[in-house]
Amino acid sequence: MKFSENWLRTLCNPPLSSAELCDRLTMSGLEVEEAVSAAPDLADVVVARLIAVEPHPNTDRLRVCTVDVGTDATLQIVCGAPNAVAGMHAPCALEGAVLPGGKVIGRATMRGVESRGMLCSAVELGIGDDASGLLALDPSLPPGTALCQALALDDTLITLKITPNRADCLSLAGIARDVAAVTGAPLALPAIAATPVDFDGRRPVRIDEPAACPRFVGRLIDGIDPKAPTPEWMRQRLERSGLRAISAVVDITNYVMLELGQPLHAYDDRLLDGSIVVRFAREREQLTLLNGQVLDLESNLLMVADEAKALGLAGIMGGEHSGIADDTTRVYLEGAFWSPAIIQGKMRRLGFTSDAGYRFERGVDFEGCARAVERATQLIIATCGGRAGPITDVISERDLPKRAAVRVRIARVARLLGVTLSDATIAEAFTNLGLPFTRDGDDFIVTPPARRFDLAIEEDFVEEVARIHGYDRIPAAPRAHVQHMLPEPEGTRSRAVVKRVLASLDWQEIVTFGFVSSVTESALDPTAAPIKVLNPIAAQFDVMRTTLLPGLIETLKTNVNRKASRVRIFELGRTFTRTGAGVHQPLRLGGLAFGSADPEQWGERPRDVDFFDVKGDLEALAAPRQVVTLRYAHPALHPGRAAKIVVNNCEAGWLGELHPRLLRQLELPRAPVVFEVDLDALTTGAVPVGTAVSRQPVVRRDLAVVVDEALPAQVLLEALEQARPPHVIALGLFDVYRGRGLMEGRKSLAILVLMQDTSRTLTDADIEATAAQLLAVAHEKFGATLRQ
Amino acid sequence: MPPFFFEDSMSDLAMIVSSARSEFEGCADAAALENAKARYLGKTGALTELLKGLGRLSAAERPAAGAAINVAKKELEAALNARRAAIAEANLTQQLAADALDVSLPGRGRGMGTLHPLSRTLERVETLFHSLGFAVADGPEIEDDFHNFTALNTPENHPARSMQDTFYVEGGMVLRTHTSPIQVRYMETHAPPIKIIAPGRVYRVDSDATHSPMFHQVEGLWIDRDVSFADLKATIGEFLRRFFERDDLQVRFRPSFFPFTEPSAEIDMAFGDGGWLEIAGSGQVHPNVLRAVGIDPEQYQGFAFGVGPDRLAMLRYGVNDLRLFYENDLRFLRQFA
Repeated sequence: MKFSENWLRTLCNPPLSSAELCDRLTMSGLEVEEAVSAAPDLADVVVARLIAVEPHPNTDRLRVCTVDVGTDATLQIVCGAPNAVAGMHAPCALEGAVLPGGKVIGRATMRGVESRGMLCSAVELGIGDDASGLLALDPSLPPGTALCQALALDDTLITLKITPNRADCLSLAGIARDVAAVTGAPLALPAIAATPVDFDGRRPVRIDEPAACPRFVGRLIDGIDPKAPTPEWMRQRLERSGLRAISAVVDITNYVMLELGQPLHAYDDRLLDGSIVVRFAREREQLTLLNGQVLDLESNLLMVADEAKALGLAGIMGGEHSGIADDTTRVYLEGAFWSPAIIQGKMRRLGFTSDAGYRFERGVDFEGCARAVERATQLIIATCGGRAGPITDVISERDLPKRAAVRVRIARVARLLGVTLSDATIAEAFTNLGLPFTRDGDDFIVTPPARRFDLAIEEDFVEEVARIHGYDRIPAAPRAHVQHMLPEPEGTRSRAVVKRVLASLDWQEIVTFGFVSSVTESALDPTAAPIKVLNPIAAQFDVMRTTLLPGLIETLKTNVNRKASRVRIFELGRTFTRTGAGVHQPLRLGGLAFGSADPEQWGERPRDVDFFDVKGDLEALAAPRQVVTLRYAHPALHPGRAAKIVVNNCEAGWLGELHPRLLRQLELPRAPVVFEVDLDALTTGAVPVGTAVSRQPVVRRDLAVVVDEALPAQVLLEALEQARPPHVIALGLFDVYRGRGLMEGRKSLAILVLMQDTSRTLTDADIEATAAQLLAVAHEKFGATLRQ
Repeated sequence: MPPFFFEDSMSDLAMIVSSARSEFEGCADAAALENAKARYLGKTGALTELLKGLGRLSAAERPAAGAAINVAKKELEAALNARRAAIAEANLTQQLAADALDVSLPGRGRGMGTLHPLSRTLERVETLFHSLGFAVADGPEIEDDFHNFTALNTPENHPARSMQDTFYVEGGMVLRTHTSPIQVRYMETHAPPIKIIAPGRVYRVDSDATHSPMFHQVEGLWIDRDVSFADLKATIGEFLRRFFERDDLQVRFRPSFFPFTEPSAEIDMAFGDGGWLEIAGSGQVHPNVLRAVGIDPEQYQGFAFGVGPDRLAMLRYGVNDLRLFYENDLRFLRQFA
């Protein structure tokens, strides 16, 4: 909502500076988004009258003007404007004036003739676009008048960010009412007297949908002058509100909307057939709107029509073929109340907004319809002449919004706000806001006015009291509350701890968008059917990610393009997949390592990061949880270098080298190692239990077993683990050998076996028997033989 | 010392001792020293020869001469041992010098990553609220219309919905436009007293230097018997001053509108005399929201707020373009160590 401060001050003029006024507006809930001067500072620019305009003796392009600027002596000014003519009034920048852009006006000699000042165009003054000649001023202005005063340039354009609940402040009268309430300054709304009816023309009105249109006010005005210009003051106020002046009648309807908040519509009565009808659109009905758009109407659109055709979209926009033309002499004025519910959502679906629709969907004062029509009548007749017909006012009382009285308890005010306000303070707030109330014991019984659609329950009125009292006067004082200690499950790690452990292992955290490109998604997994974003902000963000990979890869590319040679990044975020009717959106931890395994340094030979580097980091991250990796097929991963991750016996994610086929597609020089794992698998755990340590000696026995190349080490280890007798306290792989001494297709796995009994020293016989037992298991299950 | 019987022998002995001493001193390494030792103390060594000559002496002369030779022998052995130790010491010194490192070289590095500045900020927010007894809650990012809007007192077509430009996804769902649906989900499953914050990612159709289509919010909710607007002011004021570690931080509350709070307040802050910056939306939870989750608003009340951690991080770390947080240039991110 943009408007001129001067206009507001004609309705309520508190003794506050412009800045103070803006501050009070903001602090009362009407946030000032912008406040700018209507014009640049134009000190020393005055109205001048050109007494004489003579040719310049030395050039044809300039002329010498004798100018009256209201002082005893006239000034001689050299001027090049083609429209300079004796008798005209134009702005004159006096010596010492500073024009927008910093030009300083001084005494000058132009082609041999002295010039004392400068006659100006609108562009030179920064108040318009016309550079063709001098800005012609009203000849009735006395010479010497400051231009700011002459053109009322000393004004501030204020833009308010009106919240959706305060539709009553989408008008100057509404804003003035709030200013009066918070400052105590008197309110002076325009006097609107009923215009005498001196013509009996009227149009019947038929409301087929009273629930959608509980009130419809219409009036004919005949015999207006279609050529009458819009008064300058009105044109200026409209322009300073961001509205373009069009024609007197249209401008007046807009003006009244800005002034009182009631949108009006004016029809050319010649184009209406019979009664005005309010009805829903018919099948296959069409309408050409004022903005030229041709609409195929849907049956849930409410129309203003006549007996032959649709005239306009009720409360949103009029039709092109019934509007005011430049030869309209008979006007039909409409000022209706449309139920907000019938307007809401319609403009979004139609793809445009209008000032009228914006107000009606938020709620317009249904008691003000006739008053606004009267106001428009008053202004039309004053501007264009004409005679007013009687007002038609069709009201369906039972369909008008209800304004039930609300009980406001003083104790409730105190409890919600945390500060006790006196009866008088509360009463004053209601009085200042014009909210009628009665008392019932300690309680206030307050009735919301028709213009307020935001006051329905007790809390709404508590806010009004707090607003008028001032939020800044409520103390920031905590009350005593019962304190509760938070549960701290010891077995569970927080996300922050997981992230910090990974960061300490040389992984950098990143944050990327939840939506990614469908192209990347399908390159990574052609079978993934990611959830589509229906209104993406850009084509590369058109689906929700099913994996964290796209963000990791994108970040890798960004940094490689910026000459990074080693990238180790992770993200903790949600992925999104469909599950039946719902969406599975777990928190996952994803990582990508690219480039050398270690930072470049003097003491280590550089080598590329590999699968086992990343697995090692994951083991460290997960500890004490057990991480097992097993062969796995994933479309984005190298088929021979991909694994599923099992944490504490639960499948939790995957790990591997990016598939070579993706490198060219994703423009990557080398394959990064990537992983993704469920966060839950890394955070849930148990509280440790301590047991006494055996004092018996520990014996180590190494077993080197030869097995088939295809046998995963983990499978062998698990088999041995299951078969181990209690005195085998640990089994672990410490070497893998292939090559000389082994048959093709076989490998040797060296396994250390730690043995310890809880009660006695193990004998050689015990140790040999145990080794033999384990070997037998390996042999039976996998054909393993002892390496010779 | 007894008088020497044999002038020659006596002078020989003295000469042998003196020459051995000087020879030992001249040995540079253990091998040379052992050779020198052999020349004096070995089987045919000079001193050994003298000992062998004792037999030619008379019984009366023999003890004194023998004693003199033994003294000389001990003397030589001591000199020999001293020289051995000296050579060993020199060898060790040389070895240590050879072992010396350039201790100024960098340590064998694994490198360290850092948290993203927004994570760091969220962690800080969580820590501060944790100290006031706020637990952390979480919720889905693809949200249904009911939790994102309707349960928050924002029915379909309500003009308030246009305050937030919503991303829609397949299946009639939305990307949550705020963290407020977590309030509703938490209240659906927990009875008062409730004291939580809920940090998370949110989405709105908006993109420029100060708006990202995905950004973060931290929702706060405190419901108990008497949690009031004054508590809200106290809590937020203290939080902001602790977060920025500045006592000259100004905080102001001004009336605003959110469908799910009443009264509602926008929260602005300013450093010292600087300009006001919008930092959060807040208010007393609307009774319709409480009723919708089965909480009696006559019994319980409280406040909710939504603060923008991206904005907090920008102000805290002097970052003036929000997009830097989502561009993930490692050189930018590593500064937040």
